[in-house]
Amino acid sequence: MTATTPPRIVVKDLNFYYGKFRALKDINLDIAEKKVTAFIGPSGCGKSTLLRTFNRMYQLYPQQTATGSIILDGDNILDRSQDLNKLRAKIGMVFQKPTPFPMSIYDNIAFGVKLYHNLSRNDMDERVEWALKKAALWVEVKDKLKQSGMGLSGGQQQRLCIARAIAVKPQVLLLDEPTSALDPISTAHIEKLIDELKEDFTIVIVTHNMQQAARVSDYTAYMYIGDLVEFGETSSVFTNPKRKETEDYITGRFG
Amino acid sequence: MPMFLHEARLKRQTLFDSLFRNLTRLAALGVLLLLASILFSLVMGSIPAIHAFGFGFLTSSAWDPVNDKFGALIPIIGTLVTSGIALLIAIPVSFGIALFLTELSPRALRRPLGVAIELLAGIPSIIYGMWGLFEFAPLFADHIEPWINDHIGTIPYVGPFFSGPPMGIGILTASIILAIMVIPFISSVMRDVFDVVPAMLKESAYGLGSTTWEVMMSIVLPYTKVGVAGGIMLGLGRALGETMAVTFVIGNAHELSKSLLNPGNSISSALANEFTEAVGDLYTSSLIELGLILFFITFVVLSIARYMLYKLGQREGKAS
Amino acid sequence: MFDLYARRRLINAIGLSVSVVAMAFGLFWLCWILWTLLVHGLPAMTPAVFDKMTPPPGSSGGLFNAIYGSVMMTIGGTLIGTPIGIMAGTYLAEFGHRGWLAPITRFINDILLSAPSIVIGLFIYEVYVVHVKHFSGWAGTFALAIIVIPIVIRTTENMLRLVPSTLREAAAALGAPQWKIISFVTLRAARAGIITGVMLAIARISGETAPLLFTSLNNQFWNDDMNQPMANLPVVIFQFAMSPYEDWQKLAWAGALLITASVLTLNILARVLFRQSTSTH
Repeated sequence: MTATTPPRIVVKDLNFYYGKFRALKDINLDIAEKKVTAFIGPSGCGKSTLLRTFNRMYQLYPQQTATGSIILDGDNILDRSQDLNKLRAKIGMVFQKPTPFPMSIYDNIAFGVKLYHNLSRNDMDERVEWALKKAALWVEVKDKLKQSGMGLSGGQQQRLCIARAIAVKPQVLLLDEPTSALDPISTAHIEKLIDELKEDFTIVIVTHNMQQAARVSDYTAYMYIGDLVEFGETSSVFTNPKRKETEDYITGRFG
Repeated sequence: MPMFLHEARLKRQTLFDSLFRNLTRLAALGVLLLLASILFSLVMGSIPAIHAFGFGFLTSSAWDPVNDKFGALIPIIGTLVTSGIALLIAIPVSFGIALFLTELSPRALRRPLGVAIELLAGIPSIIYGMWGLFEFAPLFADHIEPWINDHIGTIPYVGPFFSGPPMGIGILTASIILAIMVIPFISSVMRDVFDVVPAMLKESAYGLGSTTWEVMMSIVLPYTKVGVAGGIMLGLGRALGETMAVTFVIGNAHELSKSLLNPGNSISSALANEFTEAVGDLYTSSLIELGLILFFITFVVLSIARYMLYKLGQREGKAS
Repeated sequence: MFDLYARRRLINAIGLSVSVVAMAFGLFWLCWILWTLLVHGLPAMTPAVFDKMTPPPGSSGGLFNAIYGSVMMTIGGTLIGTPIGIMAGTYLAEFGHRGWLAPITRFINDILLSAPSIVIGLFIYEVYVVHVKHFSGWAGTFALAIIVIPIVIRTTENMLRLVPSTLREAAAALGAPQWKIISFVTLRAARAGIITGVMLAIARISGETAPLLFTSLNNQFWNDDMNQPMANLPVVIFQFAMSPYEDWQKLAWAGALLITASVLTLNILARVLFRQSTSTH
């Protein structure tokens, strides 16, 4: 299954195991550059697991293994020789719940940048402002950059996390149910943001909210118990699904 | 009448309920009473010494049973210095152990290694003392102290603290053994508080490309700082009151000396050594006042520790 | 960029290596201490240790009276301390939801938990020994009981809190009065955890020396009268180890091995018991 735009990430024969349990089965798909790709499916279908293979976050936990290949820039992400820290600097991630670090708003953004670049005070200020503007948070926080990030509202915290992720200028942005802990208004903010961000970044989003997938994504992958059931342009997946399982799920007959 | 029976039984149950409730309440009150009576009895016992020496007791370095002149300065300094040095050693080691056990250890080794460190806390204090006196001190005197004399003892300013006769027993030896004794307490608190850091928060930092060390230092440590400080204070409380191990190796000398290699005294070791042999009311009373001072210091330190751990717990409660 | 990254990786490698070293450092002392105990203690472990009395300086003997005294005072301290601890712990967990008593008691108890044990000895000396005018086994027992109480309170409260409230509700729904719910349902459900706490308390007091110095003192002869000064292992070890006599020092090592072995065994048993009971639920 391939998309029509040039792929940024190519997933080939990917299998994933929690110990002996096979959580992903022979996944093949391409992630298109500067587009939004959504993974949907019922809980436990493996959509988050798939997302977490792209930056090998699973490696933090023992007994989780992946086989196959995920090609980014001609390199296999799953290669043993792959430098995890550098890989993760190239691929940003935002989680289900906001995760502001226990430090000021400014330092939250600067944290990732400092890891790889020795910026002057001025350059860093600019970078922070750029990231916060991109994340549509600048206006709200520009007067309290020195305050703790924990003091922001949930929606603001999540945008702070997005700003933090894009501040290091990653090539790919992984969003793991980024709005599941947010109210509808904050969710609308984030969705609008995703639409703007795809001009600069390749975005992969996991969501359990089908309307959200329909609203924000260009491509949609429907997964079920570790299988990639259907993958294609969002409009065709939602209006004219090829498989009956997909149709059942998106019309709400199950899931 | 069955109805009547039922009523009577209900009444009896209510009576039992209130009896039971008040009995447990009494036991809880007993704890408060216990603390109050410990304080009261120590104060009562100290009164002769307080009358005789007043506040001068705290600042006098006299300890002369023959002429009935007593002051607490030397044991207080000994207690504070040994505990302070013990913390300087124990804090980084405990942090390393907690880091190892939470982030680095292979899963299968995590539990046995954790238990092994906790067993260090289970070994009775007197065993540390014997081991310190018969095994550690001689080795320390033969191999480490000469080196300290030659290399650190010659550095200006710092030198005087580290030059002295290599006897094996003294303030430094007591501090090292205290450090070993409090490591399990501090590291187990650190481990517990590191474990409550949300996985997602750590993943966020890893997701930006941080190394394990950076995640620990910039995310986990700031997030848990109150709890870590509480654990350190808890260890300090332990070190301040530790008696037997210190008594064996500190040298029990009522002398104020600059060098950490020289023997000294701490409040608890003075009590352990002299209390049963103290003749005369003023001597006994001075020792009890030492105990009162020790209790006061540890009370303050432990209160701070508990307050900090309590605050962290409260934040956790809110977050989840 | 490469330089910065190389430096970060180096710092990471150093930091993590130091952590491994710290772990090894901790284990090193444990092994050294246990090894010392075995080397000195095992040769001193003769049958005489268990059936002869503590000898006068310069002659051989055993530790029988000290072992007996230790066992008696430990049992006594546990028997006095445990019921009080369980009751107060029950109050904190079951009735302590409002009011001033519970939070204050909890706080004070946590402090008593780590309070210097030598001060406990001073306290019993002041309130008991001074009044009856002699050291005694009872005085030692009381001092140990005071150490047991906070440990048992803490574990009782923690374990009762682990009991799911649905269990209480289920019992209450049957119309059971509160005292029955607590003593027959919740306390029973938390039994294994509380027993673990009591075992840890026993382990703690069987090695305690400081609180016995001014209370039970020591006794060179056989004594089963709790109203008399009583020999006990820790104080005998202290006296013998500090002495210049070789026979005494040997006995001190035997006693040290004995105490450590029983304390560590109790510690490990308690953990195993606790793990078994929590994993079956």
